[in-house]
Amino acid sequence: KIYEPEVHSDRRKWRMRSVSVDLNNDASLVIDIPDALCERDKVKFTVHTKTTLSSFQKPEFSVPRQHEDFIWLHDTIVETEEYAGFIIPPAPPKPDFEGPREKMHKLGEGESSMTKEEYAKMKQELEAEYLAVFKKTVQVHEVFLQRLSSHPMFRKDRNFQIFLEYDQDLSVRRKNAKEMFGGFFKNMVKSADEVLISGVKEVDEFFEQEKNFLLDYSIKIKDATAKAEKMTRSHKNVADDYNHISGALNNTAADNNTAFKNMCVLQKVEDRMASDQELKLTELLRYYTRDIQAAKDLLYRRARALADYENSNKALDKARLKGKDVAQAEENQKQCLQKFDKLSESGKKELTSFKARRVVAFRKNLIEMTELEIKHAKNSVSLLQGSIEILKSN
Amino acid sequence: MRSTGSYAHQRCVACAQNISNQKLVQGILDSIPSPEAACLSAEDISPSSNGPRDDDPDDLFAEATEEVSLDSPERQPILSDGPSPAITPVTPVMISPRVDVFDRSPDQDEDEEENRDTFDIQISVSDPEKVGDGMNAYMVYKVTTKTSLSIFSRDEVCVKRRFSDFLGLYSKLASKYMHMGYIVPPAPEKSIVGMTKVKVGKEDLSSVEFVEKRRSALERYLLRTVKHPALLKDPDVLQFLESSELPRAVSTQALSGAGILRMVNKAADAVNKMTIKMNESDAWFEEKQQQFENLDVQLRKLHASVESLVCHRKELSVNTASFAKSAAMLGNSEDHTALSRALSQLAEVEEKIDQLHQDQSYADFYLISELLGDYVRLITAVKGVFDQRMKAWAKWQDAQVMLQRKREAEAKLQYANKPDKLQQATDEIREWEGKVQQGERDFEQISKNIRREVGRFEKDRVKDFRVVIIKYLESLVHTQQQLIKYWEAFLPEAKAIA
Repeated sequence: KIYEPEVHSDRRKWRMRSVSVDLNNDASLVIDIPDALCERDKVKFTVHTKTTLSSFQKPEFSVPRQHEDFIWLHDTIVETEEYAGFIIPPAPPKPDFEGPREKMHKLGEGESSMTKEEYAKMKQELEAEYLAVFKKTVQVHEVFLQRLSSHPMFRKDRNFQIFLEYDQDLSVRRKNAKEMFGGFFKNMVKSADEVLISGVKEVDEFFEQEKNFLLDYSIKIKDATAKAEKMTRSHKNVADDYNHISGALNNTAADNNTAFKNMCVLQKVEDRMASDQELKLTELLRYYTRDIQAAKDLLYRRARALADYENSNKALDKARLKGKDVAQAEENQKQCLQKFDKLSESGKKELTSFKARRVVAFRKNLIEMTELEIKHAKNSVSLLQGSIEILKSN
Repeated sequence: MRSTGSYAHQRCVACAQNISNQKLVQGILDSIPSPEAACLSAEDISPSSNGPRDDDPDDLFAEATEEVSLDSPERQPILSDGPSPAITPVTPVMISPRVDVFDRSPDQDEDEEENRDTFDIQISVSDPEKVGDGMNAYMVYKVTTKTSLSIFSRDEVCVKRRFSDFLGLYSKLASKYMHMGYIVPPAPEKSIVGMTKVKVGKEDLSSVEFVEKRRSALERYLLRTVKHPALLKDPDVLQFLESSELPRAVSTQALSGAGILRMVNKAADAVNKMTIKMNESDAWFEEKQQQFENLDVQLRKLHASVESLVCHRKELSVNTASFAKSAAMLGNSEDHTALSRALSQLAEVEEKIDQLHQDQSYADFYLISELLGDYVRLITAVKGVFDQRMKAWAKWQDAQVMLQRKREAEAKLQYANKPDKLQQATDEIREWEGKVQQGERDFEQISKNIRREVGRFEKDRVKDFRVVIIKYLESLVHTQQQLIKYWEAFLPEAKAIA
């Protein structure tokens, strides 16, 4: 994707356009986010759909959506019983403009004490940061929708269709949904997951392995994400420092040497390196931390279904003993078993394809990150060598 | 070739340049049959009093009113073991004391360049050794001088010096030269915290770094000092570099960089207390002072930014290492074999990168940050020299005021008819007339010196910065090239994930 930022005269409005060069595999439903507008705290995404499916009214259309709309969509899917056997694509995190906002604040406060060049540089830094946050948040919202559109069941979901098509404000629907479900799932204590999952007496080899793997992996990937985030932040700090240094060097250089000016270009390269590393590596890890959680949620639901089944067995035995409500108990037990089997069957498929998806994503991102790092480093080298030449020839 | 007689001859010439009395000079020149028969034997020259002194009127080397331009084109011939003609060129400069104050420096600078090309001296400070134990312990450094310059008695000399010796050297040079307008490079700062750690015997990384930082600073200090043409020939400097025993510098509190700074500040105070504000007729000085003020501010800002960089780079290194470990653990946990291997490889690459960051941060620090610190201190010395000029001006003005008073007093006495007092008044008038003349000469001399010094300083600054920046950029290039190597090695691993 190619991003071109557009900054309005009002600093608090930022728009980003993207040109998609990726080809979506399935042409029957193609979704992307070509445009995003940031106004104060709110981000408005333009969700663009191209489809050949007859269930939609038009073949191509766009709607504006807020982050909360995505959350609504995610929650309704999570709370749909039919989808219990699927890994629900994780909800995109809220756009976090805290970093750039802090910088903007600093910029505003320090404006009087800075030279024109320093101010320009800080503004540059600020724009770069905004752009970086933008890229990330668009990417993650887009991926969420694309996961839904590429899943055989989710793509047919009624609410998904509404999300894509409904050209009015979704906020009314959102409020109703909240009233209906009351954010039930959100209030559940997630730590109960671990206990329940590990407590299940697993007969199935596949699920036993998956359970062990997911429990361990989720801890490791969470840790790796946190460390990657720290590393990327440090990298950005170093790039920022180059920015200040190149500005200050310019002021002290006795001769107006362009070589010193190259230092500020060096900063841009360092910054790009840090951003790309973040986009490819840190974001990848962040995403899969959430995805692993979604997989664990599936296991949780299956474990709960198994617990229900075991309870229904016990109830049936008790009923048989008492001689009362046996038919009812038998029916209950049959249903529980059916549910459990259905979950196990689809769960197995989901987890298998999850692994494949994860491997593909890691491969793609690691390759892209490495290629970018090499490109930036080569760029750096030629810039630096150019500067050295100029300095030496003086 | 280098007999002591000849050496004394060289040292004597150095002193001879401080002689103001015309007649004395003529007498000396007339009496020299050959270069070897030095004008005055070495013993007559007391090594510790080679600086110009204001007090003793009978002192042969009293008050150099004319500090002969030691950068004069004749310097090189003077320093070589040449025949007598080497002495003669010195005369014209000394006999005509009223050198045009507004000497066009470019001519002089060209000659300086020539001299600089033949500047051949290497100094290294190495092998720090701890001597003694506990709180009385101190570090001793080996100072090695390699040179082909003839003012030195040998091609290569090694001596052992401790930190207070360096401070002592600086203190002597500052007291000798600063009031003449020479920019004397300041010695490194004392550090109680740093030294205490070393004394207490902590062998940890921070005290090792401290000693290395100090060693490097001392080396740069000496190199800057000898780069200054006047200081290079100063007997204290020569003694410092060459003699195996050095009298212990006493009360180093006064001799510390801070102590000298106080001296500088006293001059500034004197300036501030001036009743008559200096009427700057020379725009050059005003302009330059402003320039140096600005430069001071800029350098401090830059220094702060670089320190921030050093800190962040260290953080980056730590965080990269931490991520590497985490990635390795993730790789272990990953159940897909190829991906697991790729993640482990990634961890290894990140570990190597962490090491790169560490090395780079050393370069950041030693190359850039220390250079900036040096220049912040140097600028203080420059500002001090400007203040000395103001002080000289004030002294001259005060003398004029005094002269005026004496004249008035004499006029009064003329009417009072007191012949003996009148005589005294007339004598005093003569005395103060002399002082006024002296004051004016001093002021013009210091102004001239400062112009030259500032020119030299600025040239050196540009060169210094360029050299260091080139080195730094080269270190960055190296780091980037290593990064390319590591990532190119990793790429096939990433592609191999299937």
